[in-house]
Amino acid sequence: MKWIRQRLDQIKEPFSKGNKYEKFAPAINALDTFLFVPNHTTQKGAHVRDAVDLKRVMITVVVALIPALIFGIWNAGYQYLSQIQEQVGFWEAMGEGAISVLPMVVVSYAVGLGIEFAFAIFRGHEVNEGYLVTGLLIPMVMPVGIPLWMVAISVVFAVLIGKEAFGGTGMNILNPALTARAFAFFAYPTYMSGNTVWVSEAGEVDGVSGETILGKLAAGTDVPYNTMDMFSGIIPGSIAETSTICILAGALLLILTKVGSWRIIVSGFIGAAVMAFIFNLLGASYPNNDLMNFPWYNHLVIGGLAFGIVFMATDPVSAAQTYRGKWIYGFLIGLFAVMIRVFNPAYPEGIMLAILLMNVFAPTIDHYVIEGNIKKRKKRVKAQVKTAV
Amino acid sequence: MSKDIKVKKGLDLRFKGEAEKTLVDAPRSKTFAIKPPDFHGVVPKLVLREGAKVQAGEVLFYSKYNDAVKFSSPVSGTITEILRGAKRRVLEIIIEADAANSYKEYGVMNVDSADAEAVKARIYESGCGAFIKQRPYDILADPDDAPKAIYVSTHNTAPLAANAEFILEDQQAEFQEGLKALKKLTAGKVYVAVNKKSSKLKDLQGVEVLQVSGPHPAGNVGVHVQETEPMNMGERVWVVGPEDVAIIGRLFLTGKYDAKRTIAVAGADAKEKKYFRTYIGAKVSDLVGNVNDTESRIISGDMLTGLKLTNKQYVSFFDNTVTVIPEGNNYRMFGWLPFTYNNIHSMSKTSLSWMFPNKKYDVNTNLNGEERALVVTGEMEEVMPLNVYPMQLLKACMTGNIEKMENLGIYEVIPEDFALVDYVNTSKIEAQEIIRLGLDLMITEVG
Repeated sequence: MKWIRQRLDQIKEPFSKGNKYEKFAPAINALDTFLFVPNHTTQKGAHVRDAVDLKRVMITVVVALIPALIFGIWNAGYQYLSQIQEQVGFWEAMGEGAISVLPMVVVSYAVGLGIEFAFAIFRGHEVNEGYLVTGLLIPMVMPVGIPLWMVAISVVFAVLIGKEAFGGTGMNILNPALTARAFAFFAYPTYMSGNTVWVSEAGEVDGVSGETILGKLAAGTDVPYNTMDMFSGIIPGSIAETSTICILAGALLLILTKVGSWRIIVSGFIGAAVMAFIFNLLGASYPNNDLMNFPWYNHLVIGGLAFGIVFMATDPVSAAQTYRGKWIYGFLIGLFAVMIRVFNPAYPEGIMLAILLMNVFAPTIDHYVIEGNIKKRKKRVKAQVKTAV
Repeated sequence: MSKDIKVKKGLDLRFKGEAEKTLVDAPRSKTFAIKPPDFHGVVPKLVLREGAKVQAGEVLFYSKYNDAVKFSSPVSGTITEILRGAKRRVLEIIIEADAANSYKEYGVMNVDSADAEAVKARIYESGCGAFIKQRPYDILADPDDAPKAIYVSTHNTAPLAANAEFILEDQQAEFQEGLKALKKLTAGKVYVAVNKKSSKLKDLQGVEVLQVSGPHPAGNVGVHVQETEPMNMGERVWVVGPEDVAIIGRLFLTGKYDAKRTIAVAGADAKEKKYFRTYIGAKVSDLVGNVNDTESRIISGDMLTGLKLTNKQYVSFFDNTVTVIPEGNNYRMFGWLPFTYNNIHSMSKTSLSWMFPNKKYDVNTNLNGEERALVVTGEMEEVMPLNVYPMQLLKACMTGNIEKMENLGIYEVIPEDFALVDYVNTSKIEAQEIIRLGLDLMITEVG
């Protein structure tokens, strides 16, 4: 360890203050701090500090994403292979999935981190760790067959317009990963929706039905899957959204480590269940609307709802920041997600739009929550003025 | 009369190196110093020059903007040096002490029969006014104000902080007398916060006793104010430290400004972890011995709010604690991996340290990361018992938005209330400094 440290210090020498590559220090620091927590000591304020830092928090989210990612890789391979052959082995599916998924992850990280590093150098601040999560989320919410250049352009849009334009990490209004998906969704609709994109090369294999469940429901065709299929996730869909089990495993880690807000996760599912239940009740009078009559518990386990609520809605920067605000924010996300599903057949999956919508309204929710605190304070002043008179 | 205050939000930090409860007399320091920067916002106007002889209790300087607020010498001796910093700002007034103190006589006064004005005049002429701080703003009180209440907290919940109850054990009579004097300064109540679990101070006379329980910052006055008479705009409350009350009490009982100070020396790197009895402004090296101040950090005060000192400097005016802990200028390989390095305390559940709530941790001054943008939400609220939104208030202070700061309760907080926010926040934001700057802005803009 000492030897590595000494080598690193040697390498860092030209980047230190007053030397040739001083400007590029954030880049080399970002790499260095990945190996070592730096030797910085407290200079002002409290002399001792908690062991937690932003890197640790972000890595925890990445760890929470891994079950869904691994399942996503397997499922991408399985969905493809199962259409053209009888038996699909585990490693066969993993191999096939990895070939289509991993390049997307690599492209997302390379492009996104490249921009982050460039901005850090340009603005002279350290590289923030937020992109570690965003960079993994972006490929996970894309359909498996999307061309890599589209992934790259979506990443550029998300990082530049979604984040850096607002001032960088911590200032963005919209969740960057969802911004990327929304960009791809509206810019390249033929690659992002419809019934040929969810299974790789589905269009080229005869007789393959690569539609998602929500797509089928919106189109009014039969759904050949039961609740357990939907829960375990062996169905077509975006790469990592299908397996509710794996997502819940991640959710458990996020909640236990308190990295993700349990308030948002719980209220999000409650909101979706309530809305779907209401539709179920109303559904009796509209027997032709399959989505309305789709059982409420199935609504919770299909599509990107679970993935969105657990990993996207809980992004602390774009979510509501007060405790009470988080309850409202999560509840409305679930509510709107199901509402969009049912009422807007053009967008069979509503969670993306629901979260983006609530991202925009999160500051407003906080405003009214905090207003309550301010009112209490003003009331006290009034009472005091009265007694003084 | 007494009232219970139960604090729920907060965090008790358990670190190694508590001072054992034995009281010893510190070797008499050769030099003592009063440091004007200890009094935030006070510009000193010196009365005596270098080389002058002083008695204990003789005024050394007064505040340029309020000449009623005077500052006295804690010991008798000769002023050997007036240490100045940038722009000739006075940093330290160093007094070479006589072998034994000779005191300036202020005369004995019976607090019970004296009228309020006389009591106040005596406190301020003797330099005891320097002990009285005000909230909001955490600055010295203006004697012309009428505080709506006065608060004394004998329950310090900060990590390794001195136990005021122990310090006051042999000064009970003086403490009670001091409280009587304080009662004369306000039309409202005098509140004394005591530790509910152990306090021997529960039967104090003439004051409202607050029996406090719960995690840090339960002992902070900010919490007590909120639970008794919440601060509003334009109001003032005064705050006096527990041992300072005893000094005020002695002034009336003996007629002398007898600035005894009991200092708990604590922390893993302290050699003798005990309570030392000395006078205000004692030299650090006389208390902690020959500690290497590059390998260890010497802090005047507790480790959350204290001031970093070198071995050659002097303990700050208000502090009852000197903490000595190791500097943490070391690297940790892959220290950011979750669930690793569980030997470092963390409130976050990304470390397993929460499984051992009663373990006493080693602690050093490593920042455990680097400063980042504010990302994580909800953690500050967990350690903030005050009825404010800490993150929103910090942001209002950063942007200097006065109306927002007022609305969000800037009058209810002082930097020490944000000490735990400093400690727990993931982004390593300097919350105390931000609040201090925000308060300074309020002083210049609102007053």
